[in-house]
Amino acid sequence: MARLLGPDGRRVGLALLLLAACVLPFLLSSYRTFQLTSALTYAIALVGLNILTGWNGQISLGHGAFYAIGAYVAAILMDRFGVPYWATIPVAGFVCLGAGYLFGLPALRLEGLYLALATFALALATPQLLKWKHLEEWTGGVQGIVILKPDAPFGLPLDQDQWLYFFTLAITVLMFWLARNLLAGRIGRALVAIREQPTAAEAMGVDIAFYKSMTFGVSAMFTGVAGALGAIVIQFVAPDSFTLFLSITLLVGIVVGGLASLSGAIWGALFIQFIPNVADHISKAAPWAIYGLFLIACMYLMPTGVAGLLRAAAARLDRAPPGP
Amino acid sequence: MRIRTLALPLAAAALLAAQPAAAQKKYSPGATDTEIKVGNVNPYSGPASAYGAIGKAIGAYFAKVNDEGGINGRKINYITLDDGYSPPKAVEQTRRLVEQDQVLLVFQPLGTPSNTAIHKYMNAKKVPQLFVATGATKWGDPKRYPWTMGWQPNYQTEGRIYARYILENKPAAKIAVLYQNDDYGKDYLKGFKDGLGAKASMIVAEASYEVTDPTVDSQMVSLKASGADTFFNITTPKFAAQAIRKAYDIDWKPVQFLNNVSNSVGSVLTPAGLEKSVGLISSYYLKDPTDPQWVKDPAYLDWLAWMKKYNPDANLNDTFNVYGYTAAQTLVQVLKQCGDDLTRENVMRQAANLKKVALPMLLPGITIDTGPDDFYPIEQMQLMRFNGKTWDAFGQPIGG
Repeated sequence: MARLLGPDGRRVGLALLLLAACVLPFLLSSYRTFQLTSALTYAIALVGLNILTGWNGQISLGHGAFYAIGAYVAAILMDRFGVPYWATIPVAGFVCLGAGYLFGLPALRLEGLYLALATFALALATPQLLKWKHLEEWTGGVQGIVILKPDAPFGLPLDQDQWLYFFTLAITVLMFWLARNLLAGRIGRALVAIREQPTAAEAMGVDIAFYKSMTFGVSAMFTGVAGALGAIVIQFVAPDSFTLFLSITLLVGIVVGGLASLSGAIWGALFIQFIPNVADHISKAAPWAIYGLFLIACMYLMPTGVAGLLRAAAARLDRAPPGP
Repeated sequence: MRIRTLALPLAAAALLAAQPAAAQKKYSPGATDTEIKVGNVNPYSGPASAYGAIGKAIGAYFAKVNDEGGINGRKINYITLDDGYSPPKAVEQTRRLVEQDQVLLVFQPLGTPSNTAIHKYMNAKKVPQLFVATGATKWGDPKRYPWTMGWQPNYQTEGRIYARYILENKPAAKIAVLYQNDDYGKDYLKGFKDGLGAKASMIVAEASYEVTDPTVDSQMVSLKASGADTFFNITTPKFAAQAIRKAYDIDWKPVQFLNNVSNSVGSVLTPAGLEKSVGLISSYYLKDPTDPQWVKDPAYLDWLAWMKKYNPDANLNDTFNVYGYTAAQTLVQVLKQCGDDLTRENVMRQAANLKKVALPMLLPGITIDTGPDDFYPIEQMQLMRFNGKTWDAFGQPIGG
């Protein structure tokens, strides 16, 4: 019998998950498909933030800003330059890679809470900068930019929501694969070493400055790709879409899902996508209080996130003697 | 999936069976013999949650309508969802209302960004986006967006009203304008200039500020230096108070027009100084529940009784409760006019067929009028002047 935590168990699990992901849009309504598409874009953003915070130990309260940059790059390219939607995504990724790397350079001097505050400032400034009159010609100011929803290409028998879902799913798989390859080897070990023992890491020849600022860049790139996809899915960008709350939501997502865990990004994305709706359903008077209760319950019952809980459960099953 | 494949033929059969008996009745999704589903999106959480009072007031008014037997025998099933003033969330919640809850129409979704985000979707789906709760001007465009309609007087209309008043009463005025540099401010300014028309050169000075500016003091000094004798103050509450105070302090005494966004006595004129605000001119269209002149008004007393019975937790001083109450009455009027033809097409047709509808909490003389080419329901406002304590209405309500 394949062990749940062994390589076979993982492979089977992954194949089942992908199969389910491919079948779902044919079983669900387009509204549900759309919600899942949003959740997938969040999952990509959470992977990005998780690389920075989970693996490398740098806390960012400002990833909503990179999400916004990615979204605006995609929207402006489509709206002003007629670039096809699929081509905007790598551009958004590269712009955010650059922006993240540049922001990472001065942030090198800041540790822990101080970095959190610096990124917090970034999140606060972004919505206002987007309204700035010298940028208004591009960003559309408070009005934002409305973009068209793409149709399925090559005459595929999919409606717009299903097509966007599969498009997003493909990019999600690609980004997760990239992240896995990045983190499974030497680079991943270097990031964790910097998080756990920066002095020891440096003594072993890890170039801390380079790794930290590159991590910031890569993390921003993932989030930017997510932002671009988010803009295409929602068909609209405006400064009010990218408030500080978005950054906090992303942080909530990685903690609930599980720090330094790729599968945790999916659980976290499902949480931030669906739990606010559940909270709103339970109480109109105080939806945030209900959301808070969910959050506290999560932290008490699953201190290592959903991914941590599942890992512990799988480990226990593996240890249990096989049945008769 | 299995349930859906079964449900569809069943529903079709039921519909066919019901057909002969109900030859006159026509329904779109969301309407039946017993129920009308009305959707709404409001910010119950987040930075703009104060507006959530409107969504709740609407629900409280529908509760009263249902208690009194509903509309043509049908109860209103009001489904209101929270979008936290976030456009992506507004898209998601609206799609839920349309695709999952299958509402007949979406009523009073709140906020310019949220409504912009769902504008194309609603029109592509051909579901009414009715009486949106925002003052922007773009909601009355039946040619391009036949499924979207505004409700409150828009900023341009109000700008035109002041221009008209100035042309009639002070044709030789030299006007200075202070405006917030975003589309709210520009909307007002455009309406004002359109209203002045060929006489737009009466504006001798314009100054703008950013929402992020600490004060507007230097703008006020330069506006005074222009020699203007009339001042149009297009600012949000904090800046409105600063401008009024500064004009007084530098001894500039023009005739001052104040946009209605900032005409609250409590939050603007009191901090500016009541004695410094005497003589200000502004406009409004709803009865202010804190205004002593309505204490014995039957419409006000009805509103008060409704508030106490159906909306007891809400704030009696909050104008949003008058806004929600009056907006809900507008929809009830439309649905009454629809009779038994509750299709989405007919809802829009009737919404564009409101003739001189006078609602109790609208100021006397102000009515709701729409037509196939007129998607601006309230276009009149009552001018009023501040006497040091309250606003005094003067003249007849005027339109842009």
